[in-house]
Amino acid sequence: MTSPLISVKDLTLRFKTDEGLVTAVNNVSFDIAPGEVLGLVGESGSGKSVTAKALMMLNAENSVYDDSSHITLNVDGQDIEVLSLKRPQEQKIIRGGAISMIFQEPMASFAPAITIGEQMVEQLMIHSDMTSAKAKEISIEMLTRVGIPEPAQRFGQYAFEFSGGMRQRAMIAMALSTKPRLLIADEPTTALDVTIQAQVIDLMKDLVDEFHMSILFITHDLGVIAQTADRVAVMYLGNLVETGTVRQVINSPAHPYTRGLLNSLPKLDDLEAPLTPVPGDIPSPLDRPSGCVFHTRCVESGAIAERCRTEIPVYTSDSANHQVACHLATQGDES
Amino acid sequence: MSDVLIAARNLSVHFPLRKLGFGERPVVRACEGINIEIEKGSFFGLVGESGSGKTTLGRAMLKAAPISHGEVVFTDGDVTYDLGTLQGDELKDYRKRSQLIFQDPYAALSPRMTVRDIIAEPLEVMGLTSGREETDARVREIAAKCRLNLEHLRRFPHAFSGGQRQRISIARALVSDPKFIVADESVAALDVSIQADVLNLLNSIQRESGITFLFISHDLSVIAHTCDFVAVMYLGQIVEAAPTRKLFSETSHPYTKALLSAIPSLDPDVRGNAQRLEGEIPSPINPPPGCRFNTRCPYAQDRCRKEVPEWRELSSKHHVACHFAEELA
Repeated sequence: MTSPLISVKDLTLRFKTDEGLVTAVNNVSFDIAPGEVLGLVGESGSGKSVTAKALMMLNAENSVYDDSSHITLNVDGQDIEVLSLKRPQEQKIIRGGAISMIFQEPMASFAPAITIGEQMVEQLMIHSDMTSAKAKEISIEMLTRVGIPEPAQRFGQYAFEFSGGMRQRAMIAMALSTKPRLLIADEPTTALDVTIQAQVIDLMKDLVDEFHMSILFITHDLGVIAQTADRVAVMYLGNLVETGTVRQVINSPAHPYTRGLLNSLPKLDDLEAPLTPVPGDIPSPLDRPSGCVFHTRCVESGAIAERCRTEIPVYTSDSANHQVACHLATQGDES
Repeated sequence: MSDVLIAARNLSVHFPLRKLGFGERPVVRACEGINIEIEKGSFFGLVGESGSGKTTLGRAMLKAAPISHGEVVFTDGDVTYDLGTLQGDELKDYRKRSQLIFQDPYAALSPRMTVRDIIAEPLEVMGLTSGREETDARVREIAAKCRLNLEHLRRFPHAFSGGQRQRISIARALVSDPKFIVADESVAALDVSIQADVLNLLNSIQRESGITFLFISHDLSVIAHTCDFVAVMYLGQIVEAAPTRKLFSETSHPYTKALLSAIPSLDPDVRGNAQRLEGEIPSPINPPPGCRFNTRCPYAQDRCRKEVPEWRELSSKHHVACHFAEELA
């Protein structure tokens, strides 16, 4: 097995607030191999965006990383310890250099008073020593590549002159123009219509093949994950509860929360199937449940409830590298 | 055959824009020539992309958007209202009989009112109860129906999660005992597990009280699960309408087909066999001539670019606006 592009180990991240320390990410570990698409799924408030932002050190000033946390980025055989990069000059490699990010709301991600072209050229010139003429040439080439018609004219336009789908394409073009090794896509299709979403997903798949980059794809939509990801990680209340290949997680989910998410999805091939919601709401991160964080909403923990309430389940892996943190699954009665 | 509660006949909603230079004043044709009939006690789904005019249509049926041409007729027992000319006391009465549930439960509730006051406000404004005790009793009854605790009623909206807030919005819409509710993207802002919960609640309310729903959504899989009749909208026009099962088994309009195939499948083994639509929805100021879908339709021919397709009945209750619906089905 090749060494991973990025390796997150025991990441624990807390925010200092007036109410005290809030744990947003708790002991999360995962790897992303070169060329791999990892889907990160969870409800709002599960900590998926905070985890992704940690890779680029983009979390707010009041964030505190535990000493045990490690994020190792491997670029050309060299290991870089992301969390020890303190100066902006050093952080260039994780902010647009080897790692790029596309955001959910493309309107809010572009500066409204600067043309799309200027913004693309600016970041290319920051990350390389090319001339502005060369940067413009590359930018227009990238706009062509993502399927924007008349890229030379579009280059001089502002974000408000683009439609939602076009903006997201321009965002992808901008993120990819520095040829990053890892693209973080934070709900990139959530604000788009289904037909446009399908176009953007196709485009991202093509680009992964072409540039051989890895993607950390964050979404709450399991359908989008099934269509794009190689592996899936499911988060709940700051914890990773299940990780496996997309087939393992979607076809034979091992954690009750993953099963709950799948059961609450309306399925088109079975209109009669009842929608079964996960009962209750996600607890406040200020008041994390003891033991298994999911036990307050779990419908399957009846038999060994006491253990679920008191004992934190260990994150264990089966022979096929399908990892799960659940007492029930490790007891072997998941069937 | 049950009765029709509310029907739109040849309904158009136009929004005039500011005149730019010479020539005619530009007009946004948000809805154009809409014909739908919503039967009493049905759960009518309206699906379309953003900019298709589905919200405008929903609002026109509540008399919250101007009706430019055509008519909307509401019939409930012995009252019949033509919304185009409705005013005064009759309009007030219509407001009691029809309600709206909004998309964003974070924006729809006043942060400075308690949940009790939010739910009680329609009763007080419309003068439906004769005293505070009666109001409180009614609020408690509706709150219980929407699975809100008595203790919740004293709190302010900020103390609630998205799903609970949406239940408060639903309670507020139900409190005046309406006959017709428009739910505009009411689950779009919610997580999937909470979405399932709210959909189940709406369905059980509909079954118990027989309220007629117009459920607007961009998500066909949500529509498929909750509604018994579906209309598909594109650029201000309805392109296909049929009972849910029929729409999915005998899909006839190419746009409906494209919408269906664009929904990401949950099966990782059926990737990429979807039929992809090129381009984006055109501007409703200058819709394309002929069939409005011709610029994106993979089957478009000369006739589609010239001739507006007729809104016709393909089989019982299944209407479509496409020249080639039979060949494509």
